[in-house]
Amino acid sequence: MKPKIAVHKFASCDGCQLAFLNAGEDLLTLAGMVDIIHFTEAGPIDEETEVDIAFVEGSITTPADCNRIQRIRKNSRYLLTIGACATAGGLQALRNFANAKEWVASVYAAPEYIQSLATSTPIREHVKVDLELWGCPVSAKQVLRAVHDLLFGVTPKVELDKVCMECKRQRHVCVMVSKNIPCMGPVTRTGCGAICPQVGRGCYACFGPAENSNTGAMGVWLQGLGLMPEAIAKRFLFINSEAPEFRAAGTQWKSK
Amino acid sequence: MLARVEGEGALELSIKDGKIEKLHLRIFEPPRLFEKLLEGRPYTDVIDIVARICGICPVAYQMSAAHAIDSIFGVNVNPWVRTMRRLMYCGEWIESHALHIHLLAAPDYFGFENVVAMAKQYPDEVRRGLLLQSLGNRLLRLLGGRSVHPVGVCVGGFYSAPSVDAVKTLLKEFKQALPMAEQLVRWTAAFNLPDDQQLFTSVALCHPHEYPMNEGRIVSSSGLDIAINEYQNYFTETHVPHSTALYSHFNGQPYLVGPLARLNLNLGKLPSGVRQLITESGIAFPSNNMFHSVIARAVEIYYAFVESIRIMEQYTLPAASCMDFSPKAGVGYGCTEAPRGILWHRYELDEKGDVVKATIIPPTSQNQARIEQDLQTSLMSFGLDHGDDELRLRCETVIRNYDPCISCATHFLKLRVDRS
Repeated sequence: MKPKIAVHKFASCDGCQLAFLNAGEDLLTLAGMVDIIHFTEAGPIDEETEVDIAFVEGSITTPADCNRIQRIRKNSRYLLTIGACATAGGLQALRNFANAKEWVASVYAAPEYIQSLATSTPIREHVKVDLELWGCPVSAKQVLRAVHDLLFGVTPKVELDKVCMECKRQRHVCVMVSKNIPCMGPVTRTGCGAICPQVGRGCYACFGPAENSNTGAMGVWLQGLGLMPEAIAKRFLFINSEAPEFRAAGTQWKSK
Repeated sequence: MLARVEGEGALELSIKDGKIEKLHLRIFEPPRLFEKLLEGRPYTDVIDIVARICGICPVAYQMSAAHAIDSIFGVNVNPWVRTMRRLMYCGEWIESHALHIHLLAAPDYFGFENVVAMAKQYPDEVRRGLLLQSLGNRLLRLLGGRSVHPVGVCVGGFYSAPSVDAVKTLLKEFKQALPMAEQLVRWTAAFNLPDDQQLFTSVALCHPHEYPMNEGRIVSSSGLDIAINEYQNYFTETHVPHSTALYSHFNGQPYLVGPLARLNLNLGKLPSGVRQLITESGIAFPSNNMFHSVIARAVEIYYAFVESIRIMEQYTLPAASCMDFSPKAGVGYGCTEAPRGILWHRYELDEKGDVVKATIIPPTSQNQARIEQDLQTSLMSFGLDHGDDELRLRCETVIRNYDPCISCATHFLKLRVDRS
């Protein structure tokens, strides 16, 4: 029997699912190797059948989604989060630092119609997650490799290195050292391919914190480049603001 | 739940005495409150933030925002930047339209559940579509490093210019694929599409010299012709209980944005070769058959290939890939043609260039009232006495035809039919 997989969506932009939908020929190959049980955007809808691997995109932002993720966990043998929203609450988690009720009231004329939680939270805060793939968007290569590994019974390897390592391997000139451009590469997980330094701009930390990130030294370095504490806080409190390391560093700079 | 759309939604239908009593397209995509989280962020973050509204059309969001902020800072971009923005938009149209035609729409017209099932019987057509889609993505990577949430665009232009060699390599592949894009138009024109003539108002950008992407005036098939900053004087957004997306109306009426509206209003702006292909395909545009949207998408893919080839053939390195400017306070507007239709932005910035207020009106919320109107009309002409499954399939086909991006607007199709 072929392994069963599911792709679930919560609050998100649908961009991480494109790791599958943009895969071209690989999508057809994958479809030959597994049974796709649930993947709304691609067609199949069935949240109730038990699956071997579930991919979860998006963060939890509504009371209904709090319940749905519990059901999905129960029906899934192995659960992976794909992307910044599912893994760290996403950009929309910036509401966690604000008065979300006021935000809803100012966007919607009739806020009483909107069922939304005050927070946007990562999946791990609700259920056990077996593997987290970071990135906004997640790297399609990483997702497909993880699927391949899991299908062959291997625990997928996740990237832990910093963007700086990848940047050096690609022989880019450091934008921070050579041009004084604020770059989050020293504290950010690699996986993107160091594309920002490649085009001559600083990394904006869309892959979340790397292993053993020295966020303290990073903040001081940014200060040395002339950034005000509030601007430094915004470098940490951006796409992965619910990642504990970034949350702590950002909150600290915010209070200075 | 409605499958093969981006985002989450459902349809509620009440039928009483053979008539539709209530028809509600419920959108329950959880709100992410982008307009609020933009407040207080520096202008440099705006381009990267708004991209995250939609993974399928991030470039449209980046472009509308870049134009709006350029106008506040008084930036006049050089011809290189203007042309590269157009080239990047071509990449997004190709990627988004090819994904829609093959993965989301075509299975409806061939009676398959999804593209994987369809690929077994139509492997060549599906593979052709996936190849075209991947070339759109390649173009996005050329200018933005990656296809989802690309990193190349900034206020005033691009962080860097791609090398001449990289452009040459891709140009060669685009030239090889051009005949496939042509076959795609002929293929979609031969689809067995329902003949469903409807009255609707088309709204799109219009530019004096080119098929619209980044610039133009907002025009309608009913004679409207306004500057983009006048949009809110003519179009209104309202909030209804059954949806987290807002509804837009023009003069109190639903209207259509997107490829069919664009093609209906801008046929004359297409190069003669593209017009010739439309004529040969035997479909008369302008068309009032909503189902011709899928053909309009194919035509736009072909056009985007022709346009990309033209641009890449003339490619040279610029003196500067980004204009110099200094931030200023002010209000600016951006309106560009996202794959799904006009995407309108308004920003108010302070003197440092931080966002004071942002308003974003995506194409799907503009089409939402029109989708409900279309469903009313098409279900009546289809016949309400069909079984629930047949009704659901027809409703899904009608809705998918708009390529609704519900993540943008704030999935589908759980159909609840109440017959009394």
